[in-house]
Amino acid sequence: MILSLLQGWVGAHSALEPAGPQAGRIHALWQFMWVVSALVFLAVVGALLYAALHRRAAGQSAVNPDGVRSATRWVSIATGVSIAILIAFLGVNFVTARPLTSAPGDALQISVTGYQWWWSVQYPSATPSDQVTTANEIHVPVGRPVVMTLSSRDVIHSFWPANLVGKRDLIPGNKSSIWFQADTPGVYRGQCAEFCGHQHAKMGFLVVADPPAQFEAWLREQRDSAPPPPPGSATRGQEVFLAASCVMCHTIRGTPAGSRVGPDLTHLASRRTLAAATLENTRANLAAWISDPQRIKPGTLMPPADLTPADLAALLDYLETLR
Amino acid sequence: MTSAAISPTEAVREEDVRAAGELERTWGDPPGLMGWLRSTDHKSIGKRYIITAFVFFILGGIEAALIRLQLSRPENSLLGPDIYNQIFTMHGTTMMFLFAVPMMTAMGLYFVPTMVGARDVAFPRLNAFGYWVYLIGGLLLYTGFFLNIGPDTGWFTYVPLSGPEYSAGKRVDIWAQTVTFTEIAALVASVEIIATVFKHRAPGMTINRIPIFVWSQLVMAFMIMFSMPWVASASMFLAADRLIGTHLFNPAEGGDALLWQHLFWFFGHPEVYIIFIPALGMASQVVVTFSRREMFGYPAAVLANIAQGFLSFGLWVHHMFATTVPQLASSFFTATSAMIAITTGVQFFCWIATIWLGKPRLRVPFLFVLAFVVVFMIGGLSGVMIASVPFDTQVHDTFFIVAHLHYVLMASVFALFAGFYYWFPKVTGRLLGERLGRWHLALFFIGVNVAFFPQHFLGLDGMPRRVYTYLAETGWGDLNLLSSAGAVTTALSAALFLVNVWRSLRTGAKAGDDPWQADTLEWATSSPPTSYTFVHLPVVESRSPMWDHSVDRPVVTGMRTDLREALVTTLNDAIPDSRHYQPRPTIKPLVAALATGGTFIALIFTPWGLALGSIVITVCLIAWAWPDRQAHAELRRFEEGIA
Repeated sequence: MILSLLQGWVGAHSALEPAGPQAGRIHALWQFMWVVSALVFLAVVGALLYAALHRRAAGQSAVNPDGVRSATRWVSIATGVSIAILIAFLGVNFVTARPLTSAPGDALQISVTGYQWWWSVQYPSATPSDQVTTANEIHVPVGRPVVMTLSSRDVIHSFWPANLVGKRDLIPGNKSSIWFQADTPGVYRGQCAEFCGHQHAKMGFLVVADPPAQFEAWLREQRDSAPPPPPGSATRGQEVFLAASCVMCHTIRGTPAGSRVGPDLTHLASRRTLAAATLENTRANLAAWISDPQRIKPGTLMPPADLTPADLAALLDYLETLR
Repeated sequence: MTSAAISPTEAVREEDVRAAGELERTWGDPPGLMGWLRSTDHKSIGKRYIITAFVFFILGGIEAALIRLQLSRPENSLLGPDIYNQIFTMHGTTMMFLFAVPMMTAMGLYFVPTMVGARDVAFPRLNAFGYWVYLIGGLLLYTGFFLNIGPDTGWFTYVPLSGPEYSAGKRVDIWAQTVTFTEIAALVASVEIIATVFKHRAPGMTINRIPIFVWSQLVMAFMIMFSMPWVASASMFLAADRLIGTHLFNPAEGGDALLWQHLFWFFGHPEVYIIFIPALGMASQVVVTFSRREMFGYPAAVLANIAQGFLSFGLWVHHMFATTVPQLASSFFTATSAMIAITTGVQFFCWIATIWLGKPRLRVPFLFVLAFVVVFMIGGLSGVMIASVPFDTQVHDTFFIVAHLHYVLMASVFALFAGFYYWFPKVTGRLLGERLGRWHLALFFIGVNVAFFPQHFLGLDGMPRRVYTYLAETGWGDLNLLSSAGAVTTALSAALFLVNVWRSLRTGAKAGDDPWQADTLEWATSSPPTSYTFVHLPVVESRSPMWDHSVDRPVVTGMRTDLREALVTTLNDAIPDSRHYQPRPTIKPLVAALATGGTFIALIFTPWGLALGSIVITVCLIAWAWPDRQAHAELRRFEEGIA
């Protein structure tokens, strides 16, 4: 918690600071391997340097049979010890891997779809109107297992929230899934790990682990459609949105905008970040992003919006109402 | 044909001088530019190969420097994503396909025939063809890059990103054809090395007397033969998807995106060992010479080398632990990945024992081998770590892997430099400077470790690979800056090496035939070797022929000097079996390579390139096989000679 506060709006993003049992087990495995590797390294390099630097006593022959016998013994011992260490490694690895493979039955289901260069997030529900769609920010309840069903709409991406669990690829034509549990409330940053084109570097996301009650409240809010904007600038802003190119790609539930090419903006103002965890969600950043997205993410599929300053201000007023 | 010790009488010496003169007329390259283009001498070809591959190493290094400059601070605007993606793709493609593999095969093409006591490789014209094809491939890639149509989807070029839908234009096609060229060149080299080792060894060089470097080249050659066809199919499928719409990798039309990864890594993992195994071989040779003792545990080391070759084909899925490959299947690959560490361990233990039992001389080539072991230990141990599926899911596609793979590959470069310092006097006749060499080693060792060690922690700290930039708030800036400083140091060390080469070529100490008192046959000839390498083909009585007889080494007599005659020996016992006629220098390999190159380049633009190109290539091959009159006459004389 303290760590994620220190990390600012980007959130924590390290495999060395596990916030759940999955990442925790992997972290323990890393510590074990790190120590054993350091010992093996010191032993082998030490033996090598000792052999290279020791001064052979004068008159001792290079074909001394005792030397050969003892070298044979040492090489056999070293090989045997190597094999034993590797078998131990396989055992520890197996013990670590086993509990990571299958999720318990009561897990929360979330599906994530990768796009160039953002993430669509869905919380499925038996009631279609209760289904929640958002983007780039995944809220999960603390202490409950979560299963992520992963797919891709274009090229291969890889979903990696390092503090919670290892990564899993999103491969077009192949459904995959991964599960984790967050034990510590906080904001955890994740990033696409499979090279996916121009903006692979700026394809981040946040996992926000909330206490269960807070999570339920969030989910309820996300189910709602956007309320009609208050009269004045915000209403003018909605008209700008619906008349400009924005409407070609984005959905705002409760308005005629229903395209699924880009992220769902129904609750844009409730999110911490913009442009796939690339910018902090502030009015200035939003204005910069809308006016010239290519400057912030060169190659992004979002075109620049050619708006007058008045229209832009109105549009920002409107988008800020989408809580 | 008899084997006999020559007594050093004056009469025999005069006879040798006469024979040498005639051999030079028979085996020498023709004069002038045309002669250079027609050369089929494995030493000329090998030298060209080594120099070309080294030029690509420098180019790949410049790309690496640009990558490190861009990443040295967060949100750097030096390179945009488009050019950055081209540069990291060029870096990987250059280093893997245009530097590492060609450099390792080139070292084999130069030294294997000399070390087994032959005057040339088994098929000299094919050898020349291989070099030209490789050169055309490299020129194609860099022409594309300088025209700003360089490939930009990574050296692994995953579909669907590299497919027709997401990579329009010709960038990926240029990559696919470059790969095709280098595949052909590598396959040619593997045929040469296998045939030369199997059939052209000096009489007496039984299978258990083959020098370790030659063994490693043989293992490498077989690995090339079994792995390259996979990437050849893959790149052909990709080209077909892009050029004629085959949808082999398109899931929407029943293709499979993962198929690419299986095909690519079934080649891609052995590829790493194709680079590493000859590096081990070079290091073994240096260990033996500078320990002044025969390799301890020669059979164990050779068998470990062969086992490594086999096991490396069972590792490819460990590049795919984050995909949908099931857990149980993945476990198998964890086990093989751990097992291969044993084979490397055995070879290292044998070296330590050799050094322990010997009287080590701490000259530059040997010091490079010590550094090689240290660097490889780090890369090898992190390699065992990432064999673990759960751990790999954390560090896969992060800078941890960048660190790991560079430790492994840079280790091979340390061994390669050991080989350069060791064999440079043989190739050029002059020793490289010892003091500059030590500086080169020190800077290189510091540079590599400062550049790559911090990257382990960047990866664990969440930094993915192949990113053109990162946010300042991630806190990755400091370690990246440190890593970039290491890269600068590495570049300086490479510059020192070039200075050393330049100085040595101008004013270096004369090497003499055998400056290191080494044990293998390449030191039995002059430095640099004459075109015919040996006046009399050598005869071998042990694993260390040069240590058996310092003078009056046993040789083969009765070989013709007026024709390019090669001695063919039996596979296991190297008993003289027959004589083999080798052709004179000819322009045909170059013409055939140009036809092949034209076909592949045309194929980037139109499927008709294949149809028309096949006709041209067929004509070239017929011309290749067509006996010219001079060769015909030679062949008749040759047959008369046998009769």
